[in-house]
Amino acid sequence: MASLYGGLDVGSMTAKAVVLDADGRLLGWGMAETTPQLAVCGREALDGAVCAAGARSEELAFVVGTGYGREALPFVQKRVTEITCHARGACALFPGAALVVDVGGQDSKAIRLDASGRVLAFAMNDKCAAGTGRFLNAMAATLRTGIEGLGPAGNNSTRELAMSSTCTVFAESEVISLIARGEAVPDIAHAVHRAMAKKLAGLVRQAGVGEPAVFTGGGALNVDLVRCLEEFLGVSFRIPERPQLTGALGAAHLAREATPARSL
Amino acid sequence: MKPWSNLRFAFMRGAGLDWMTRLSSGPRRPPASREPFFGPPLQSRHELRRIMTRHYGLARYVKGVRPVAWVTSGAPVELLRAFGCYTLYPENHSAVCGARRMGPELCEVAEDAGYSLDLCSYAKVDLGHALSGRTPVGRLPPPDLLFCTNNICQTVLYWFKALAHHYRIPLLLVDTPYVHGEPDEAALRYVGDQLKALVPELERITGSDFREERFREVLLSSRRSAALWGDVLSTLQARPTPMTLFDAFVHLAPVVALRGLPVCERYYEGLLRELKERVERGVAAVPGERHRLLWDNIAVWFALQPLSRLFAENGCALVAGTYTHAWAEPAARIDERDPWGSLARAYGLIFLNRDLESRLDLMEQIARDFSVDGLVLHSARSCKPYSLGQYGIQRALEERLGVRSVVLEADMTDFRSWAEAAARTRLMAFIESLEAA
Repeated sequence: MASLYGGLDVGSMTAKAVVLDADGRLLGWGMAETTPQLAVCGREALDGAVCAAGARSEELAFVVGTGYGREALPFVQKRVTEITCHARGACALFPGAALVVDVGGQDSKAIRLDASGRVLAFAMNDKCAAGTGRFLNAMAATLRTGIEGLGPAGNNSTRELAMSSTCTVFAESEVISLIARGEAVPDIAHAVHRAMAKKLAGLVRQAGVGEPAVFTGGGALNVDLVRCLEEFLGVSFRIPERPQLTGALGAAHLAREATPARSL
Repeated sequence: MKPWSNLRFAFMRGAGLDWMTRLSSGPRRPPASREPFFGPPLQSRHELRRIMTRHYGLARYVKGVRPVAWVTSGAPVELLRAFGCYTLYPENHSAVCGARRMGPELCEVAEDAGYSLDLCSYAKVDLGHALSGRTPVGRLPPPDLLFCTNNICQTVLYWFKALAHHYRIPLLLVDTPYVHGEPDEAALRYVGDQLKALVPELERITGSDFREERFREVLLSSRRSAALWGDVLSTLQARPTPMTLFDAFVHLAPVVALRGLPVCERYYEGLLRELKERVERGVAAVPGERHRLLWDNIAVWFALQPLSRLFAENGCALVAGTYTHAWAEPAARIDERDPWGSLARAYGLIFLNRDLESRLDLMEQIARDFSVDGLVLHSARSCKPYSLGQYGIQRALEERLGVRSVVLEADMTDFRSWAEAAARTRLMAFIESLEAA
């Protein structure tokens, strides 16, 4: 029976799971919307990944849980924070990464790594939705672009608008007044991204700017946000193919490393 | 009325209060089952509980017998003791309210009365108590006078003014200029002169004459208490540490509230004996201690238990702190042969009243003395002077000491600004990075 390793990241908005084989090859992944039953949606994501890998749950030798829901997962063997997991995941995808910026559902973080991928320092947003995925969701809802449309909209901006708030509540009213003033949606979207990127840049500077830099989490899918942050920091980001899975991928690698390699 | 009050107070101070406490507390609860990641609890905790219960208990009978003074934590209380004042510390009381999870409800009372959401939560808890009378300690006697020193922050000035207005009583204030770089002798003389000038005021308010002999006795006792507290903290240099900073936060109460009194000295003599014995026998507060950490800022009173558990579970012992250390500082400075000058130095030069560079040097020294390999900086939402500059301090200390650190956002008493899951993630990620280093 093949030994498989699972990483399960139950975040505030989505649960993500990854299954690796003993050599660290990605066999499958799964996602599920986070519901109040954290263990149930976590299981669903993990089952999805196992199924995509064409395997059975019994083949999982070790599973590491991460994300805000990690404490609520009775079926994982170990729990590790998102910081360590995102760092590990980013290093697996881009060996030598020195900086990881993760914009997730309820928090965003900047992680500085040393040459061997160990966490040197990290900074997270304070107790507030500013600079997180929730902020983008709220703005996308107000602008009616949908979360996927927000980045491309901002990319089409032709005029720079001033926007001062990064507080989700105040920013929403600021966006509404910009709409009322007749400003174009792409320009407003771009202003939103600049305001958020400015806040993220502060977070990154706290942890320390470095390259190669990796952008992970759902926020990395927003091309305009990434571009704004690149401008502020003067770095260029590498983006994983599926940035939301980075934490789960790191967790799966940690699962693989937690199990002593079996001799053949 | 007065003879009856005197008699009642004398009786309570004698056997009465201890007897009543025993009667009302019922049979002692069996100790909670110990968890494997904590060492055995300190025996001294029973005596601590007794003397602090007694301090707040006697306060109920003292009104009309002795002048009651409410003082700031950084005030030279020795002067008041020389006049026989019964002193209570709103900050200590606020900490007690915080630990009993009454912070938000008392803050809300103050906020309803118009105080800002952003005001210090110690101040709001205290003002909330003054306005509502709610307290976990039964009842506090209203003050006859207020004594305030601005060496810890400027907020106390306005907070105590509000109290003076509320109770319509005198407020005595000692202004301690902020110290940039080396201490300024003229500024210290200015502090000493203000202290001297309080003597006739205190004679008038308390109706007692100033006796210099008594004052010197109090100073001597205060110096001894502070020195003993310093010795207590020094035992945490041992590896493994015999108690953690979480214990120290609790065992700090006497040196804050009772310094200058013999009971305080006796208490720390006992605690020191117990700790030395633990060190000799190698008793660990955190069995399997792997990491030794320094804590900056006041405690998160409402989360002492979950925090101490989180650290202990992961083999981390908090062994040093700036806040606990501050109470040992006066030991080296108080000198009963130079009462005014030394008192001015002892209270004018406390680290919260000095520039960041001095604070940085002090923290570096403490970190080295206690061989710490990580820093936990509590950014207290409502304590601005303590929390300001922490990110700079963090960077500088990481560089000087080559250690890792984390900033924890919380508050002393107000858990409305506490995000448990986020705090846990931060601390766990920090511990994971220590483990990987």
